[in-house]
Amino acid sequence: MSLISTLINGHEGGLKQDGMTPMQKIALRFVVLGVLYYGLAAIEGMMMRMVEITPVPFIDDAHFFSIMTVHPMVGIFGSTYMIVFGAFLFLVPFLMKKPIFSLKLANASWMLVGGGTLIMWLAGFVFSYAPLYTLYWPLPADFSQFAIIGGIVYVVGVALIMVGTFLYSYNIFKTIMYTPEGWDKQPSMELFKSAIGFTGLTNFFKKKKTEHLVDLPVAAISRGTIDVGLNAVVIMAAGVLLLIYMFGAAFGFNLEKTWVDALLYKNMFWWGLDLIADGLVLIFVAGTWYLLATAITGKKLFMQNIARAALFVEMVVSWTVWSHHLMSDQGQSNFLKVFSGEMVTALELITQGLAVYITLVTLSRARPLKMTNELKFLLGGLLGFMLAVPAGIIQADLGMNRILHNTQWIIGSHVHVAILVGLTMTLYSAIYFLLPIVTNGAKLYSQKLATAHFWLHIVGGIGMGSFMGMAGIDGMLRRSTYIDGEYNTYMILAGICGGLLLLAFFAFLFNVVMTVGVKGLIGIYSPAKINTRECVPAQQEA
Amino acid sequence: MADSIDVLATLKLVYGIYAFIAISLISWFGYRVTKPKDDDAGAKPALFWTYVVVLAVVGTGLHFLTYNSVPWVPIDLNRASIKADTVFDITYEDHQMSFSSFPMQVGCGEHVVFNATSNDLTYGFGIFRADHTMVAQMQVVPQSRNDLMWKFGKNGTYYIRSTEYSGPRGAKMVAQNAIVVTGCDQDDVRAVEIGEQ
Ligand code: HEM
Repeated sequence: MSLISTLINGHEGGLKQDGMTPMQKIALRFVVLGVLYYGLAAIEGMMMRMVEITPVPFIDDAHFFSIMTVHPMVGIFGSTYMIVFGAFLFLVPFLMKKPIFSLKLANASWMLVGGGTLIMWLAGFVFSYAPLYTLYWPLPADFSQFAIIGGIVYVVGVALIMVGTFLYSYNIFKTIMYTPEGWDKQPSMELFKSAIGFTGLTNFFKKKKTEHLVDLPVAAISRGTIDVGLNAVVIMAAGVLLLIYMFGAAFGFNLEKTWVDALLYKNMFWWGLDLIADGLVLIFVAGTWYLLATAITGKKLFMQNIARAALFVEMVVSWTVWSHHLMSDQGQSNFLKVFSGEMVTALELITQGLAVYITLVTLSRARPLKMTNELKFLLGGLLGFMLAVPAGIIQADLGMNRILHNTQWIIGSHVHVAILVGLTMTLYSAIYFLLPIVTNGAKLYSQKLATAHFWLHIVGGIGMGSFMGMAGIDGMLRRSTYIDGEYNTYMILAGICGGLLLLAFFAFLFNVVMTVGVKGLIGIYSPAKINTRECVPAQQEA
Repeated sequence: MADSIDVLATLKLVYGIYAFIAISLISWFGYRVTKPKDDDAGAKPALFWTYVVVLAVVGTGLHFLTYNSVPWVPIDLNRASIKADTVFDITYEDHQMSFSSFPMQVGCGEHVVFNATSNDLTYGFGIFRADHTMVAQMQVVPQSRNDLMWKFGKNGTYYIRSTEYSGPRGAKMVAQNAIVVTGCDQDDVRAVEIGEQ
């Protein structure tokens, strides 16, 4: 078959639209948009990389920082949320062998998160709204630097993302708890308790243990989903606050210096934001590792009960670690810095360390395994967190934070290694694993491209994070521009590694497009021909 | 007295070694996992619990280590009860920094306090050497106390840069040659007057 024909129709028949269930199509809608948004975040990342090497004529400071504002939002909400939501809305009913609660809500979620991301992105692209994702008060309401309309568009975009997020969370919990038509009455409350880990907790104190009603991966998804929901509440509250200030300013009342205590706001905002970093990421990722390890090996998870307990601890930890973001705020109490910032944060080394260990032993006990794409990427994901979590523990120390805060170390060795190597490689592993399931057996176009994707991504991700980290150790700030080539060697090397990441993305995208075909890709956004709420067609299930 | 250069050099070394071990371990695991099983070492409960204890010790031990070896940690935690030899006031407004005295003259080994106030946005206060390595920083939050107590152990001239993003206009808020430390036995060779390099 010619290249063009494969591009249009896919490899070996591509995506067989007719046999796809609505749930398969929904999962793919989420994932495809998520992957495209990842590409956008990567291109924006490369634009910033260029500026960090040498001034670029068409990117002035206002433009640079509006890119920096939307880049992580596109990466986290447009890409990570979309891929994670799509995968989990598919996996929860799939694993529980139960139809999803609502296909309509699932469809609404991808439209809201995807559409909201686009609107939020326009606020940066068209109106150069650039308070960065941290929105430190009162910067987002500083209308001497930003246009009010930019702020309003930004808040509307983020609000839509959050509404989509609420719908996702509701749908997940309803799916776990509800009784489908024609089924015996389900024990909703017991299912809920098991999902959030309450049963596991009470089991510690009971002689006669209550049986877990939901599997470990579903429990991990539920616990992470709680954090996602709580985070959405905090972000929505900040959005409402911003709207009050924006409308005030639009009608001639400058509220900029009233009401809001900047440090208290920062505490509340970081409490919420950290639910993504330490809640969503660590809990969802650990859950996904467990799922992948058991799926790859076909064996039970090593130390199941400990893994369940660790997930519960991680959820509670994620509610109490926010102060590690305020170690350099002198107004923050020392108690909070030491207790929440240092000590509780140290527990993350244990919970994440346990997750790494449990996953590795589960894999190791099933030796010999074939080095499939999902296994390769899973190992990459584990390595990402093995590197990024200790880097985070180091910066969550009063001594180290004084000389690392707001440097490239934070955003390189910690954030980008966690996100690009740890999280993204775990998500790629899940994508390679789910691809045949959600496409009813589509065959990957090229294994060589998948291998190139792996090596380019892992070398690029670890390399970029390392060079940023080294620049940070030498004093290079994040969120700043340098025009005299102060850190050129590191920045050129980081730029080369960023280029590898972008190449990796294109290799993956090309491989997926050639696998399912352009027709197949467009087709997933048309209604399914089978009318069922099951996840996969009956013959595949059999 | 250890300064940020010493602490960061140690970090580079220790983290570099750790990263090398982690990458090697996963590479080795990736190779081994494709080969038939000979033992089940990792699954032994004793090893598992030892590993958990090591994680707990490393996670919390780091903080005890820095409290006892990094000079600014005890100063920071106890600054309310240490009497400052000199207090310098720095005011931030409209992306400008103004100083109660300029340059800020510091005697070797004195406890000085940099007391920053912002009248509008959130900024940062960072002390840097001429080669751009950082000595220390803190956040400057409006309506909040932003006081950094510091003790310099080497002679040198340092510049101040805002370390927090305060909008595109604040991207390069720098005050060159803002702190001059004298009276020490040792010179900070990286901290020379800018313009005199
Ligand atoms: C090829 C991929 C990527 C490249 C080349 C890249 C590059 C960059 C660069 C150059 C910065 C600015 C650093 C600074 O000077 O402060 C940055 C910031 C950031 N990036 Fe990325 N990035 C990539 C992917 C991602 C993804 C996928 C995410 C999220 C899922 C992400 C999250 C962030 C965050 C949170 C920041 C901090 C922004 C801030 O300080 O407000 N990045 N990235």
